[in-house]
Amino acid sequence: MESMAVLLLHPVDKYLEQELDRRFRLLRLVDVPPDGHADFLRAHAASVRAVVTSCGSGCDAAPIDQLQRLQIVACYSVGYDLLDLDRCRHRGVRVTNTPGVLTDDVADLAVGLAIAALRRIPNADHYVRNGRWKANGHYALTTRFSGKRVGIIGLGRIGLAIAKRVEAFGCPVSYYQRTRQAYYPTYTYLRTVVDLAANSDVLVVACALNEQSRGIVSREVMEALGPGGVLVNVGRGAHVDEPELVAALSEGRLGGAGLDVFDDEPDVPEALMALHNVVLSPHVGSGTWETRKAMADLVVANLEVHALNKPLLTPVV
Amino acid sequence: MAQGGQPILDATESGGPNPKPVVLLADPLIDEFEPELSARYRLVPVADADAATAASARALLTVDLPAVTSDVIDALPALELVVASSAGVDHVDLAACRRRGVRVTNAGDAYSADAADYAVGLAVAALRRVAAADAFVRRGGWSARGEYPLATKVSGKRVGIVGLGRIGAQVARRLAAFGCPVAYHSRAPKPGCPYRFFATARALAADSDVLVLSCALTAETRRLVNREVMEALGAGGVLVNVGRGALVDEPELVRCLREGVIGGAGLDVYDGEPDVPPELFAMDNVVLSDHRAVLTPESMQGVLDIVAGNLQAFFAGRPLLSPVTL
Repeated sequence: MESMAVLLLHPVDKYLEQELDRRFRLLRLVDVPPDGHADFLRAHAASVRAVVTSCGSGCDAAPIDQLQRLQIVACYSVGYDLLDLDRCRHRGVRVTNTPGVLTDDVADLAVGLAIAALRRIPNADHYVRNGRWKANGHYALTTRFSGKRVGIIGLGRIGLAIAKRVEAFGCPVSYYQRTRQAYYPTYTYLRTVVDLAANSDVLVVACALNEQSRGIVSREVMEALGPGGVLVNVGRGAHVDEPELVAALSEGRLGGAGLDVFDDEPDVPEALMALHNVVLSPHVGSGTWETRKAMADLVVANLEVHALNKPLLTPVV
Repeated sequence: MAQGGQPILDATESGGPNPKPVVLLADPLIDEFEPELSARYRLVPVADADAATAASARALLTVDLPAVTSDVIDALPALELVVASSAGVDHVDLAACRRRGVRVTNAGDAYSADAADYAVGLAVAALRRVAAADAFVRRGGWSARGEYPLATKVSGKRVGIVGLGRIGAQVARRLAAFGCPVAYHSRAPKPGCPYRFFATARALAADSDVLVLSCALTAETRRLVNREVMEALGAGGVLVNVGRGALVDEPELVRCLREGVIGGAGLDVYDGEPDVPPELFAMDNVVLSDHRAVLTPESMQGVLDIVAGNLQAFFAGRPLLSPVTL
């Protein structure tokens, strides 16, 4: 059987590129200068049956429209919000993503950020590296994590994985989302995010970004969380009113934060850089080689079963 | 531990009908301990004790980790009890205590939760490079240089715990919830324990991705983690130490990190602290910390309760709350 022609739209990890190259006839749009894209697509329009894209870096609809024989778009990401699903459906183009495989990583980092923020671990590291332990003695006391009330916005896959972890630290878990989850009676459901914040020491954002959840952590929510409270965001920057967050942290109205995501990445508000009560990380929720490999394997596996006319493993469309 | 105020000596009551019992201080008291203990006891720094006090004092308190040597113990002929405010009592000459029939108490369970939390925090920070990533963002590296290098997953990593005592057991429970299989090494297998036992630290290290040190420092455990153990842990392995610096051959640890014999480390304790090997300062695969694992207000209150409880029990002739087996 002749191997399927697969077009790579965006730069991806070396591992994925290598695995695609081993199994398929790989065409790299990424290697073509932008002014040559149209010619390149025209030349291969008759043969390309599959496209691999990382929707995190933006999906341009134009190449997909030009490929008349396109059968499948395999996203190297969980999110596909930048892809026009209706158009794909209309053209009979299948779409796959990589759900599930990054749940553990994001949950691990959320708990790591909560501990790091309360116990000020990056600050400790900085303190020791600068020779201040020797010069000034011990740093001030920091706050215990075990037993703290943890509130989770969004009890989906990631929220549940966070809940399972923090339970082992003796932390009571509450959550907010649009509907109560009947399966989890040990977690307390609260009807508003303000109520959740008022009953939490650590508030974790783990929901999807949509019109209902944009700006869900408002000034009012931060006031309810209070000077002893810590916000952890492993969702999206736009879940939080970022100027209010910066003001609340700077003025001590909010106790601390562990932030993996920001409104205008990779730019981070300058005012956060000087604060000791925050831990900043560069959107690395799924940034482990194990998880990126699992995502890559899923992309390849979806293309392989598609080529064999078997059911897709993780279809979106 | 933060340096506290000087003890208040209450000379007026010492000659009264119910004089406060004397408790000698091996090192300065901290502010958190002062009100409760000075209300019940006449607190006398051991260096300031006059001959009569030294001859009659029955209890000695250590706040941080001052060396309580056989000389100190032998200079106190009436001594019956050393109350330590720490989980590990390696600063006390236990052989001298045994010989003299002096009992020793430690912090019991007061620090277990914080020490276990911190061990997990260091493990996640070392594998996911939390502290290095924070420094990267603060230096402006994200906007200037783009995506941060991939880190290592935590969930599912094989965790080996050296010393499955109060702290080790809590580390095990926490990391099991991350989907990590847990194994341990200690002097003997724990009956009924669900985790796999290894008879040597080397065998445990060979079967672990993360090796956590949470055991007491004794003659047997000193330099337990030597080059051989680190080679068994391997290039992908991470060492987490919330025990004592001397559990590790520190110069060898520095070499192994530099040569890539092990992958990384999360260290809260050092052999000559507060001196830290300066070679570590330039490494981004280590997380360094200033022996703060248990320094929270919650732990301070917990240890005060157990210190005060042990002293009260001792002077009332009741069983001690957290005696150390000598």
